[in-house]
Amino acid sequence: MIAFLLAQTIAITGGTVYPVSGPKLANATVLIRDGKIAAVGTSVAVPSDATRIDATGKWVTPGLIDGAGQMGLVEIGAVAGTREALLKGDTIAASFNVAEGINPASVVIPVTRIEGVTTVLAVPAGNLVSGQAVLIDLAGNTIEEMLVKSPVGVVLNDSETGKDFAGGSRAALVERVRRVLRDALEYERRRADFGRAQLRPLSAAAADLEALLPVLHGQEPLIAYANRRSDIESALRLAREFKLKLVLAGAQEGWQIAGAIAQAGVPVLVEPLDNIPSYDALGIRYENAGLLAKAGVKVALMETDTHNSRNLRQQAGNAVAYGMTWDQVLRAVTLSPAEMFGVADRYGSLDPGKVANVVVWSGDPFEFATGVEHVLIRGKEIPLKSRQTELLERYRKLPPNY
Amino acid sequence: MRPSLLLLFALAGGCATGAARPAREAGPAPAPAQAAAPAKQATGESSSVDRLQYPSTYQRHPNPPVLIRNATIMTAAGQEIPNGSIVLKDGRIVAVGAKVDAPAGAVVVDGTGKYVTPGLIDEHSHLGVYAAPGTDAESDGNEATNPVTAEVWAEHSFWPQDPQIPLAIAGGITTIQALPGSANLIGGRSAILKLIPARTVQEMKFPGARYGLKMACGENPKRVYGQKGGPSTRMGNMAGYRGAYIQAEGYRRKWDKWNKDHQGDLPERNLKLETLAEVLRGDIYVQNHCYRSDEMAQMLDLGREFGFPIRSFHHAVEAYKIRDLLAAAGTGAAVWADWWGFKEEAMDGIKENAALLQQAGVRVNIHSDDPSGIQRLNQEAAKAMYAGVRAGIPVTRDQAIRWVTANPAWAIGLDSLIGTLEPGKIADVVVWSGDPFSVYSRAIQVYNDGWLVYDRNDPAHQPRTDFQLGQTPAAGGRNDR
Repeated sequence: MIAFLLAQTIAITGGTVYPVSGPKLANATVLIRDGKIAAVGTSVAVPSDATRIDATGKWVTPGLIDGAGQMGLVEIGAVAGTREALLKGDTIAASFNVAEGINPASVVIPVTRIEGVTTVLAVPAGNLVSGQAVLIDLAGNTIEEMLVKSPVGVVLNDSETGKDFAGGSRAALVERVRRVLRDALEYERRRADFGRAQLRPLSAAAADLEALLPVLHGQEPLIAYANRRSDIESALRLAREFKLKLVLAGAQEGWQIAGAIAQAGVPVLVEPLDNIPSYDALGIRYENAGLLAKAGVKVALMETDTHNSRNLRQQAGNAVAYGMTWDQVLRAVTLSPAEMFGVADRYGSLDPGKVANVVVWSGDPFEFATGVEHVLIRGKEIPLKSRQTELLERYRKLPPNY
Repeated sequence: MRPSLLLLFALAGGCATGAARPAREAGPAPAPAQAAAPAKQATGESSSVDRLQYPSTYQRHPNPPVLIRNATIMTAAGQEIPNGSIVLKDGRIVAVGAKVDAPAGAVVVDGTGKYVTPGLIDEHSHLGVYAAPGTDAESDGNEATNPVTAEVWAEHSFWPQDPQIPLAIAGGITTIQALPGSANLIGGRSAILKLIPARTVQEMKFPGARYGLKMACGENPKRVYGQKGGPSTRMGNMAGYRGAYIQAEGYRRKWDKWNKDHQGDLPERNLKLETLAEVLRGDIYVQNHCYRSDEMAQMLDLGREFGFPIRSFHHAVEAYKIRDLLAAAGTGAAVWADWWGFKEEAMDGIKENAALLQQAGVRVNIHSDDPSGIQRLNQEAAKAMYAGVRAGIPVTRDQAIRWVTANPAWAIGLDSLIGTLEPGKIADVVVWSGDPFSVYSRAIQVYNDGWLVYDRNDPAHQPRTDFQLGQTPAAGGRNDR
């Protein structure tokens, strides 16, 4: 935290600023002080002690937020010893919070942040109830420094793979979840009886039922990965029955019932470049994000390939190509995920008082031709270096510079 | 955007999950513009034995001549022609330039604001052999029963109704090399296929194309066979390749002698050794899955030991480290723009890989190994090009478009027929809504051998596989709001 407290005053001047919360501002200044955004506008006075970043001709946006992945939880996909996102032996893993599995020294983190993704959701995987997702900034020496919000919500695997943990039928999956949620409420009502072992056996461990209470009380969302239309409808049904705050993730066939999702006021995390049909979603298609947005659904984007979370902006550009408007998409990688994850008071737009996660781009952030010029996380400029830039420099000329 | 790696590992799926393939290197004279030599195999598809083996039954679809005019034409042969035109007739490109003569009766396509490129070629695909939906029943890419299965042919697994095929066509792909997976040291023959709607794989087989032989280095064969009798080490991998080729040398000698003098009994056929002997004769290209630079160098030596060149290294995430060796050997490299980190041998991937290889004179191409990535090879090339440019490594737009056209055409030995927009070449052509290196551009028309196989604005030219009928909603259907 010391480093953040010592962060100085920085003025990003002359760029075209996309605050997201309002229209773009030409030749504007973003003033940053003590890790927060102090002012944004075309007539901001720059203090004499401010470090200036000249963004003339550049685009300035909030840092991008990836709504998926296992950042810090998976270092090398094939090496089990470096994977922390899956809890074995507990199908209802609601109390499994991934935060303490995060490795702040992961080499994936610098690779990602130097391309403009500054904040990601770290998501547990597998099981029926996978665990608790947390939101992290991609800077900090400790887990505590990285955490933005923990937990963000509880993850439900309402899909083809999820039913394997509920006896092998979708019908059993939904009923199992229902029973667990009912038991959580029962447990809350009769904690004392539970303590005296005077309660019938519950369908999940007490810690997991306890972890579901904030979801049942609407304090945290249930993040339901569901792709088949009927699975999405099951999630909507559960949310209605238990008055849950629901976030859908994946929702590959969501476009088929976009109106119903919009009407339920449920936001959706979409991976725009998903279109390979499976029996979990034969109706999967590129236009999903666009059709959902058109129906009035709040959409945020995911890049689920943790090592290439940096390709969130490619997902974003393709979301534009397949039906969302550019403005909708910028919001879908900044303010909309911040709202879904309950941190819109601190993240997602360039507004005074918000955390200064800011990126200066050479142009349109979604275009391949565009490069990142500056990345600031919590008001501190991040050196544009990673293990990959070191490899490049070593091998830029042969023989290599050993 | 990549499918769950855990799933891939579970299924021992595409190459990304881990096999390596050996490199092939041709003698002292690197054969740069080694044109396709279709004549030899035009009937038999293989010179091993004197009989037809699963020959191509491809027939060109009848179509009227086409004039695409007033477009930016990226030829992949050195030119980017603004306000240019191109004429397709009888399956060939007959004219390209600022001014062309249109044949009578030509369908005229207004290319204003649009870009035209050669059809894209993916040197490394598992379409059809790892079809969607990704069930065990459709998992036909790895004959993981023996580390050396040179006897299997990918075409015998290929399912023409794979619903991933129309998706790839819509991404501008006109030719693929469909490969066995990477579980095995030697995984079997590849199939060079025209990506068109068809009932049988024979109807898709590129007439006269040489086969490739899939080989794999590194982690994958070790992982698959480590507990099944080996190999369990990288040295075991090397011994496995060498043992197989030593056998093939004897087999080749026997058959070459018999073919020459017809003395004595006909030698017994051995399907495994027949394919390997074809590699030794130079008739089959070695297509070698290999990530690590030190292993690629070993494979180049393997090729030297047995006298065959490695046509290209696939996945080749560390190719940049030995780009001088690859250039000297005349071996190509097929790479991703930015995949890395999914296993240890993929940890040193950098986005400048393709640009550094280009700079060193290596024939580099961008491959997919992925049903999702194959739909946007142009975007992957764009990422790799701009990564190089931003790092100060010069890459021209023409070079980058070659990464997905002319260079993979060379890697599969068809560069005299496809891969550029030049008169006389086969009319495999893509019309893009804008600059193919922009994230916002999409293929709007795809011509394969002059046949309009895809038109984004015309449902009559949006092929759907049998699998999709009644099962997956058609675009533009009633559910589109």
